Amino acid sequence: MAVDSKGALTAAPRETLLSVRNLKTYFPQDEGTVKAVDGVSFDLYPGGTLGIVGESGCGKSVTARSILGIVDRPGRIVEGEIHFRRRAIDGGAEADRMVDLATLAPNGPEMRAVRGAEIALIFQEPRSSFSPVHTIGNQIDEVIMLHQQLDRRQAREKTIEMLRRVGVSSPEERVNQLSNQLSGGLRQRAMIAMALSCNPSLLIADEPTTALDVTTQTQILALMRQLQQEDGMAIMLITHDLGVIAEMARDVAVMYLGRVVEQAPVDEIFHAPRHPYTQALLRSIPRIRSGPRERLTPIAGSVPHPYDRPSGCPFHPRCPEFMPGTCDRQAPSLRLVGDQHAVSCFLYE
Amino acid sequence: MLAYIGRRALLAVFTVWAISVLAFVIIQLPPGDYVTSYIAQMAASGSVVSEEEADNLRIQYGLGRPIYVQYYKWVKLFAEGNFGMSMEWKRPVTEVIGDRLWLTMVVAVSALLLTWVLALPIGIYSAVRQYSLGDYAATFVGFIGLAVPNFLLALVLLYLGFTLFNANTGGLFSVELQDAPWSMAKAWDLLKHLPIPALILGLAGTAQQVRIMRANLLDELRKPYVVTARSKGLTEGRVILKYPVRLALNPFASTIGYTLPYIVSGSIIVSLVLGLPTVGPLLLRALIAQDMFLAGTIVLLLGVMTVIGTLVSDILLVWIDPRIRLEDS
Amino acid sequence: MAGPDLTLDPAGVPAHGPAAVAPVEDRRIFVASQWQLTWWRFRKHRVAVVSGMVVIGFYLVVLGADFLAYADPNASEAQRSLMPPQSIHWFDGWRLSPHVYAVKGVRDQQSFRRVYREDPSQKIPVRFFAQGFEYRWLGLIPTTRHLIGVDGGRDGTQTIFLLGTDVQGRDLWSRLMYGTRISLTIGLIGVTMSLFLGVVLGGLSGFYGGLADTVIQRIIEILRSIPTIPLWMGLAAALPRHWTILQVYFAITIIISLLAWTELARVVRGRFLTLREEDFVVSARLVGCSQMRTIFVHMVPSFMSHIIAATTLALPAMIISETALSFLGLGLRPPAISWGVLLQQAQNVQTVAISPWLMLPAVPVIIVVMAFNFLGDGLRDAADPYGR
Repeated sequence: MAVDSKGALTAAPRETLLSVRNLKTYFPQDEGTVKAVDGVSFDLYPGGTLGIVGESGCGKSVTARSILGIVDRPGRIVEGEIHFRRRAIDGGAEADRMVDLATLAPNGPEMRAVRGAEIALIFQEPRSSFSPVHTIGNQIDEVIMLHQQLDRRQAREKTIEMLRRVGVSSPEERVNQLSNQLSGGLRQRAMIAMALSCNPSLLIADEPTTALDVTTQTQILALMRQLQQEDGMAIMLITHDLGVIAEMARDVAVMYLGRVVEQAPVDEIFHAPRHPYTQALLRSIPRIRSGPRERLTPIAGSVPHPYDRPSGCPFHPRCPEFMPGTCDRQAPSLRLVGDQHAVSCFLYE
Repeated sequence: MLAYIGRRALLAVFTVWAISVLAFVIIQLPPGDYVTSYIAQMAASGSVVSEEEADNLRIQYGLGRPIYVQYYKWVKLFAEGNFGMSMEWKRPVTEVIGDRLWLTMVVAVSALLLTWVLALPIGIYSAVRQYSLGDYAATFVGFIGLAVPNFLLALVLLYLGFTLFNANTGGLFSVELQDAPWSMAKAWDLLKHLPIPALILGLAGTAQQVRIMRANLLDELRKPYVVTARSKGLTEGRVILKYPVRLALNPFASTIGYTLPYIVSGSIIVSLVLGLPTVGPLLLRALIAQDMFLAGTIVLLLGVMTVIGTLVSDILLVWIDPRIRLEDS
Repeated sequence: MAGPDLTLDPAGVPAHGPAAVAPVEDRRIFVASQWQLTWWRFRKHRVAVVSGMVVIGFYLVVLGADFLAYADPNASEAQRSLMPPQSIHWFDGWRLSPHVYAVKGVRDQQSFRRVYREDPSQKIPVRFFAQGFEYRWLGLIPTTRHLIGVDGGRDGTQTIFLLGTDVQGRDLWSRLMYGTRISLTIGLIGVTMSLFLGVVLGGLSGFYGGLADTVIQRIIEILRSIPTIPLWMGLAAALPRHWTILQVYFAITIIISLLAWTELARVVRGRFLTLREEDFVVSARLVGCSQMRTIFVHMVPSFMSHIIAATTLALPAMIISETALSFLGLGLRPPAISWGVLLQQAQNVQTVAISPWLMLPAVPVIIVVMAFNFLGDGLRDAADPYGR
């Protein structure tokens, strides 16, 4: 992680795959502007896994969609940079290069060439993420034919091969089925097959296991780890489930109200959390070692209304360490407090 | 799929039966039986019906026998293509109706096609560009289309054409071709006259279908599979046309089956205002003159054609929605 | 109500909870009855509220038709056939004194039509609450007062025709007032009848399901795939010629109510189907409520607002049906007056081109149909207070 003289995060060094700086995505509405993402910064390295945690509505999904350029109207990226390392064109002399996705037209040819081919998305609700009236095969063929020079027959072969790789039994028959003929776990496997069919360098998994039962959850996570080892793609894993994070992620970014409040390696987040929000979040979940009758502490208050964001540090109304005059006046920025540990809190400035 | 089509076909048969009963009731409603009024009518115009001929007719229609026998005889004659005699015109009903039935269907089907052709793109546009100027314009025109009964619309259009352009916007043919035999020129003339009646008849249905399409598509656009399709890198146009539009089409297609009866109904009155040579004016005249065989035949034929049209659109629906195709597999 | 973007995270819970709203407001919402919630939501729907007022206005005309009319709607006079509308001049110089100019009719020697010319020198003052023909106010109190009138209106020496006259020289404004009375009540009675059919059949279908449901659903499907107008035309044409206005009126009402019940039945059935499985209905049954009590005490009140909305949306179809049938000469027959009967005079385009005011009865038809549609839409949205 690169740090400038004042200790704030600066432009990332060359080896990052994705580095997001001060990303702001706003939704202008009649009632006021919803600042869904309000200054998010983080880095992701090739082949690495970054977990993004936070409560519902903290802007995790909007961050993911901003990276892909598919924010729903009227939402729009108003500020910030999204540097993504594009793959070298096969056989070409051109080396891989960094592109600022935030400056690309969301539906322009370059953004669309990245989307699906180099950055793929899977998300929760495998039930409704497939069109119910097109066959699974049709929907996977489509993305393969779009990004690779393959005809319909070759694409179908590749689809079947992908389905086999993700553990779908008798894929030759499954390709011709509709998504509602598959079980939830199979659908999510098919979804992963579709996402990985073009061999992306980054997979964004938005709550990939939330809608699944526990057993299937474990299987899907194991599958993702295995495919990551085989293909070497990076994963950006968005979830509100700290258990999934512990199992999968190497680094963790904690989000609250559209901002990253803490980023660190997974062990440090769990064992030495710095930000009061992270600490509170961890106190609110049960632990193996917690004693009987020990109470869980919920985080005081509730997430503020999106039109009505607190001034200064967005967490201050709920923060046990609230310092009047400081936290409600100005917003803290993300600063390094350890080797790879960054926190956005006045306690550490 | 076969079970679905079979079910629809069975229902269509029932519908035709129900219409035939109602048409028979209409024929039976006026006091006195058919032969007596026929003789009276003929006598009034100076010709005499012989006793023998009258008896033949009585036997043919089972008069004096129980009502269900009469119904059966009538249906049987009907199925053979013998629709009886028109009292007012003193000619067989088949001859009196002539081209009019086909012209009715031509007008109704072109209105239906126009409904599809207009409602689909306008509905898609309104949903994709929700709250845009075009969306508001479509909504406004839609409300007018729903609120103004089509015969009033025809009246206003006719009046405007008459006062502003001094032109007769009514009719299906130019005056000089009205009684000419069918030819390419006449068919082309018909085609030129079709848009106005089709538009008038189709407007209300179009407005309704635009509302349905817009609402469906707005629902579909929020579904996650749209995000999936976008995340593949497809162009926005392809994303919308292949996925949400395709799904929004299903409820759209299932309501369109009910549009045909509605248009056929409307065409009766509109034809009267616009002076179209369809069965509409003929039916009205027959009803007022109590020429019941003619009226009953028109009602039944219209019903049968509408049912066939609806059945065709039902089968189209099966073709559009794979979920129905899978229902019984 | 807010845009879909409020749910910033597809993971579930929308970002704004009850805590976001002021607590006082909260308590008010939690204890409000369903009717209150419906009313609050309806009030926000501006167009629907205005439409509601328009509808109320029209029904006030129904009550006060004879007060608003100033001439006997059936008094005909060949001498003033197809007279154009007269406009009221509010000022005489600077003095407020509403009046109309006298009109003289002459026969044009070329076209043989009557041509009317205003005579500005002869002013006929317009009086408010003037004497006119006798009627019973609200059907009870005999009176001769009308909203406006002219002196000598009773003996016909001086006349006023706000909207002109028809072929028989009858005053269109007065006829329009009476036509409103018949057209709007026929819709109301018709909708009551189809409501009865719809609730009984839809209820049977939705509450019992099984065979009753199948049979009723098939009947509805059959009715919906028949082109109805030719059928109703046939039925209407078969009404005996010698029937009185009242008999024809009720017969027509029955015929058009047979047209509209299917949609109401569909709504009622849908509601019954959803409610049948609701906890409060199941528990009502479990504690031993009789079937009637379950239906009428527990189920019906909870979808009353839906029925009202569906009924409002069914009314325009009724009004249009009556207008269409009468327009064709198969519905109400003169001397009965309805909007359709009035429009019958506009059937011929040549006549309309010369006397465009004959199309004026179309205006209330369109306004009322639009108002009912907007009102019904607003009610339907409001009927689901917990909905989107």
